Amino acid sequence: MQRLKTAMIEKATALLTSGEVSKVLGWKKGELGFDVEPAVFTSVDSLVDFTYDAFCGANLSKYLVEESKKEGKILVFLKPCDSYSFNQLIKEHRIKKENVYTVGIECQGKVDPYKLKENGIEFVTDASETVDTVTVNGKEFKKEEIILGKCLTCTKKLLSYDDVISFNEKREPSLDRFEMVKKLEAMTADERYAFWKDQLSNCIRCNACRNVCPACTCTKCVFDNDNSGIASKANSDSFEEKMFHIIRAFHVAGRCTDCGECSRVCPQHIPLHLLNRKFISDIDRLYGEYQAGEDTESKGPLTNYTTGDVDPSDVFGGK
Amino acid sequence: MQKIGVFVCWCGSNIAATVDVKKVAEVLKAEPGVVISENYQYMCSENGQALIRNAIKEHGLTGIVVCSCSPRMHEATFRKTAESAGLNPYMVEIANIREQCSWIHKDIEEATEKAIILGRSAIAKLKLNAPLTSGESAVVKRALVIGGGIAGIQSALDIAEAGYEVDIVESAPTIGGNMAKLDKTFPTLDCAACILTPKMVDCAQNENIDIMTFSEIESVKGFVGNFKVQIRRKARFVDEKKCTGCGVCMQKCPSKKGKNEFNMGLNNRPAIYIPFAQAIPNVAIIDPEQCLKLKNGKCGLCAMQCQVNAIDYTQKDEIIEREYGAIVVATGYKPISLENFNEYGYDTYKDVVTSLELERLMNAAGPSDGHLVRPSDHKEPKVITFIQCVGSRDTSGCGKPYCSKICCMYTAKHAMLIREKYPNTEVHVFYIDVRTPGKNYDEFFRRAVEQYGVDYIKGMVGKVYEENGKLMVQGSDLINNEQVVIPSDLVVLAAAIEPNPSVRKIATMVTASIDTNNFLTEAHAKLRPVESPTAGIFLSGVCQGPKDIPETVSQASACAAKVVGLLSKDKLKCNACVSHSDEMLCTGCSVCANVCPYGAITYVDKEFRIGGGKTELRRVASVNEAVCQGCGACTVACPSGAMDLKGFSNKQIMAEVDAICKR
Repeated sequence: MQRLKTAMIEKATALLTSGEVSKVLGWKKGELGFDVEPAVFTSVDSLVDFTYDAFCGANLSKYLVEESKKEGKILVFLKPCDSYSFNQLIKEHRIKKENVYTVGIECQGKVDPYKLKENGIEFVTDASETVDTVTVNGKEFKKEEIILGKCLTCTKKLLSYDDVISFNEKREPSLDRFEMVKKLEAMTADERYAFWKDQLSNCIRCNACRNVCPACTCTKCVFDNDNSGIASKANSDSFEEKMFHIIRAFHVAGRCTDCGECSRVCPQHIPLHLLNRKFISDIDRLYGEYQAGEDTESKGPLTNYTTGDVDPSDVFGGK
Repeated sequence: MQKIGVFVCWCGSNIAATVDVKKVAEVLKAEPGVVISENYQYMCSENGQALIRNAIKEHGLTGIVVCSCSPRMHEATFRKTAESAGLNPYMVEIANIREQCSWIHKDIEEATEKAIILGRSAIAKLKLNAPLTSGESAVVKRALVIGGGIAGIQSALDIAEAGYEVDIVESAPTIGGNMAKLDKTFPTLDCAACILTPKMVDCAQNENIDIMTFSEIESVKGFVGNFKVQIRRKARFVDEKKCTGCGVCMQKCPSKKGKNEFNMGLNNRPAIYIPFAQAIPNVAIIDPEQCLKLKNGKCGLCAMQCQVNAIDYTQKDEIIEREYGAIVVATGYKPISLENFNEYGYDTYKDVVTSLELERLMNAAGPSDGHLVRPSDHKEPKVITFIQCVGSRDTSGCGKPYCSKICCMYTAKHAMLIREKYPNTEVHVFYIDVRTPGKNYDEFFRRAVEQYGVDYIKGMVGKVYEENGKLMVQGSDLINNEQVVIPSDLVVLAAAIEPNPSVRKIATMVTASIDTNNFLTEAHAKLRPVESPTAGIFLSGVCQGPKDIPETVSQASACAAKVVGLLSKDKLKCNACVSHSDEMLCTGCSVCANVCPYGAITYVDKEFRIGGGKTELRRVASVNEAVCQGCGACTVACPSGAMDLKGFSNKQIMAEVDAICKR
């Protein structure tokens, strides 16, 4: 990991010095070690705070919606999962590609700070990792014990970039990403309703999921638009407020790359990504396997009609 | 302040028998904004419309709600009424209290309550209506006919005769369709080729008709008056312009194992072939599956023999684009596959044939030169048994629920022709019912029974099996109340017909609706039988429902009359209910353009103020109102709610839903 970070800083320094880019989008060290946050570096000197380690879970691609509008070219480091979001945003004309220099970087799963806390680690003094293990404050963990939920099922690969930094150290996924979706599908409607009612009742509507989601980049979100008729539809039933998540899942259906940011940032630990994964699994079943963000040109299955498209009721029944 | 008038129609007893129309009018009068509420026996009649016109003038109405039949029936009528009284035609809303209420309810109280709710919902929507004006678009004076059977040929000839250009696109290498395969035609028994081939020649010689055979529709864009169609001209490996149809290549071709499609696969043809002697165009085609040159590069005999150098092994599919004002769908039919009817042994016994195969066996140009012999041993059959309704009127799920309509007549024809030509042959026909309405039809059938001695047995066949070289047809004779077994030499199955499978794809491309049996739906079963509900799309022949030749030809001509009526107009009124983008909300994500079937959406970079005296350039959607057809696909696809439809705004729809849910 250290050599990857060194290579990244070298790359950033070279491009800033040559003037090819004027900014760098990466991650900045925090005070507690695990509280790494996305940051824009505008000079070689400022790169002293630049980091890339086992805590860089945050997806950088959405920041480019605003950053790429500004003057000057920006260098961005994209983990495999971030790259899919990046491509999807390019496809939707949300990022000005000509203003971005992309560098793909490999990733073997990022640590979940909550899992650290569960293991009694409140702050990080030193950390190192191999493909399958992470050592924090001298204590060694297996990756599957400590990494983010989204990383446990990750099968994403490096795509195409202006440049790639990789030492060909890839971690294999520990779980099938649709396992929980299948469990939910096996439930009766009442059980499933109870599950979601229980989960979503924890929501405090902090909007973190929406704000972090790379598919949620509307100029004005329907939930912030009094004219949309959705902003505050029904307050008669406390659960109806939670329809927010279901409406949001519909809005990103077919565009969601399954980057898992929604669940990562949820302070209430709601498994929001399951709603999106249900859509992904249905889309795969109806229209053949489709990975949003794998390319920048193809039309998504939900916004493309071909004469070969099936009638959903032929697959799921219900006619 | 809005002044709304509500007009509740009885539709004779259609609505009034199940809905208390007086009560509906009374209750809706109390709705805020409603200043007058009336009921009348026939609102669409001249008196009914006068009542609306007078109310608009007298009360200075700003909008009207008509509680009546489906808007597809009379929305246009009432819009005209409103316009003639000086009201904008788009300030009219229809509450459908017939199809969606009175016709489906039995209980008056329930139906009345629902009619009131539907009325309220229309009032809620009307309150958000805005006056709209529609633009105009030009009409391309050329028609496309998809399918070159008798239906397509007749439609094309009539359109061309009226002076308009018309293209026939046919997927087979020749026009003529199923009719070209028939031997004789009922009820007059004239030979199919003698009456069809002159029409085919007329098509070829008519300056207004362009025939594209071995071609398929690739895509259809646009709308009534302005369709843009891509046509795939499949490679036939023979230059149509050079080939003279001399047929030398066919004789020289060493690969002679292709199934002869024209003869229903009953004999073989060479890899290079002309489908039949009177084919139009009379041009050869190479079957790449069979051609040795195309398969492994070794041969090329046909090219060597061809005097005019017409053979081109390198020919590729070509896609051409043309514009049309109207499209006629005439895709025809095919007999159903008999895989669900193993009891009749079609796949097992060579001498169990379909009626269309029998046509070829009896045809002078067929595989046996018109000499009726069994496919197995080429001997003359002495006992022939016909089985009717194979897959027709079948509610078991194996076949089709509908009557194929033509089988009773052609079976009588077959039976009669066989008895005429081979008087010593015994002919039996199993039937459920004999259905022969039509001019001179029943007389024809009776002649088969009374003069030609065909043995008609009322009953169905249970199975066909082989015993001592005979096909044993076991069935029930319902009139004599007994089981019968008829040892036969040839068994003929009157297989049901179904729409040509390509019609599904075509219907999707032209956005025409299709029923559960894949027949295209007409705009109105009785009053608009040759038009599709999609403007500019017309239906000709069996693609709309089972028909025999006389009916097909009448419908094809009717269809042509409709096309000519459309093409004779210089301008068409556009739809006023078009979509538009709220640029303040639009993110320029392209989702709407992806789903737009008309290509009406483009993107522009516009400068927007973002506060602090700054501006930014944003990519936003822009709708071409002359092209938009108001389908609304973009409004549901838009994630940020920037796309909206005039006359059907999201707000209006939500207001309707709220009005329905309100207690």
